[in-house]
Amino acid sequence: MGKQKRYAMAVDTRRCVGCSACVIACKTENAVPLGCYRDWIVEEAEGDFPDINLEIRSTRCNHCDKPGCVQACPTGASHKSDGGAVLVTHRKCSGCKACMAACPYDSRFVHPEGYVDKCTFCLHRVEKGGLPACVETCPTRALTFGDLADPDSEVSKLAHSRRVKTLHPETGMDPNLFFLV
Amino acid sequence: MLGTISTLSVSAGPTSELHTVRTNSGIDPTLAIWNWEIPVYLFLGGLVAGIMVVGAIQQLRGNGRWERRLSLWGSAVAAGLLSLGMLALFLDLAHKAYVPRFYLAFKPMSPMSWGSWILMLAYPLLGLWFLGSLADEQTDRLTKKVPLLRLLRGVRKWSVEHQRAVLLAIAGVGIALGAYTGVLLQTLTARPLWSTGLLAPLFLLSGISGAAALMMLWKVNSGTFRDLLKWDLAALALEALVLCLFLLEKATGSAIDRMAAKLLLAGPYAGAFFGLVVLVGILAPTVLEVFELKHAGRRSILAPLLVLAGGLALRAIIVSAGQASNYSMLAGG
Repeated sequence: MGKQKRYAMAVDTRRCVGCSACVIACKTENAVPLGCYRDWIVEEAEGDFPDINLEIRSTRCNHCDKPGCVQACPTGASHKSDGGAVLVTHRKCSGCKACMAACPYDSRFVHPEGYVDKCTFCLHRVEKGGLPACVETCPTRALTFGDLADPDSEVSKLAHSRRVKTLHPETGMDPNLFFLV
Repeated sequence: MLGTISTLSVSAGPTSELHTVRTNSGIDPTLAIWNWEIPVYLFLGGLVAGIMVVGAIQQLRGNGRWERRLSLWGSAVAAGLLSLGMLALFLDLAHKAYVPRFYLAFKPMSPMSWGSWILMLAYPLLGLWFLGSLADEQTDRLTKKVPLLRLLRGVRKWSVEHQRAVLLAIAGVGIALGAYTGVLLQTLTARPLWSTGLLAPLFLLSGISGAAALMMLWKVNSGTFRDLLKWDLAALALEALVLCLFLLEKATGSAIDRMAAKLLLAGPYAGAFFGLVVLVGILAPTVLEVFELKHAGRRSILAPLLVLAGGLALRAIIVSAGQASNYSMLAGG
């Protein structure tokens, strides 16, 4: 039996130019409704003039190891799938929105059909050997997806060779979305 | 299909600014997924919890001043309020047809799952309380009007015979229900304002003071009224204490806690918080009720109404300000 997979994504903030191609690829691939976003671009300006740093990053659900959303869900609709991706089973979701309140990344939204929706790491593509649509589309190769449990995967190598950060580590949810800084 | 992209800028601390194209409804610029329905549900749930706690404990004390009809009315009113609260909760659901899913699973780590089952426990207990509080002649009269009640004669007999155990269970479930309304928010740790164990006792005590106030509005004898007045004053005093501890914990905590506290103490919610919760909901009724306690015979409907308004305002402000508190106030998100 093979080692348990741990899917993760690395976002290279030095390569990301905020072109939004990942956003458009996701919306097209997953038929994300008008006005809703499973991934998005954040520009964070930090510091005071003249010492200002601008970081651009493509971001999405952090697919945490200890996800508050899964804990909060009263029906079991939010769950961790094989590989650690956090998913929502639409036919179990009552739309109570507790998971949305539990997510420090605000990465979930209510789909117009009533259930809560979010990034799935495009598991429907990954399970067939493909890459998430955003990763495949990124023109600057800022996004890297893979199995963090495999030390030979590109995402593992990046995580160990570059300086990385996660967002809001103080929440203790152990995200699997890494930012290369 | 990509919609019109508008942009949002959010201040993320003194030297940081976030800029994003994400405009998810109910999420941006700050979380606003729970509107009037959830505060109303938490308020009504707290009132039901308070009626169960105050009514059952007063009946257990058996000092002769507690009127049986208060238990009868209390159980009936509590069942009605609980149903209204659940209706509000139902209205809040985005995927309403899937509401049975709450009862097709039990998730021990989800307070909302616990709450769903506690609500279901409350109904049969309120039913037992109601039947056990019926006098013989009332039972006969009701049975004539509603023949179906004949089937429940055995249940009534059982409830009367096991009155103490039933009342203890009612008080216990009442405490669980009242505390649950706070625990529900407390476990959503992504919202710093809610992330405290003090919300459970705060909402429980507010529910008890609200329930005592509600029953003070009913036609009760002077002894019962005085008992309710004492319940209300004690609950208000403890509520004020827990509220102070809550604010102290947040105002002296970590950077994110201090930012969350600022929302209530000096931010956009400060006026409503101090005006409606502290002044209208706690201080003013306390002064009025102390006066009423010292001058037996005086009864004002103002104090109970203020307590009830304050209880509703407390939930509305905590739910709204809590959603506005998030980790992006501190750093990128």
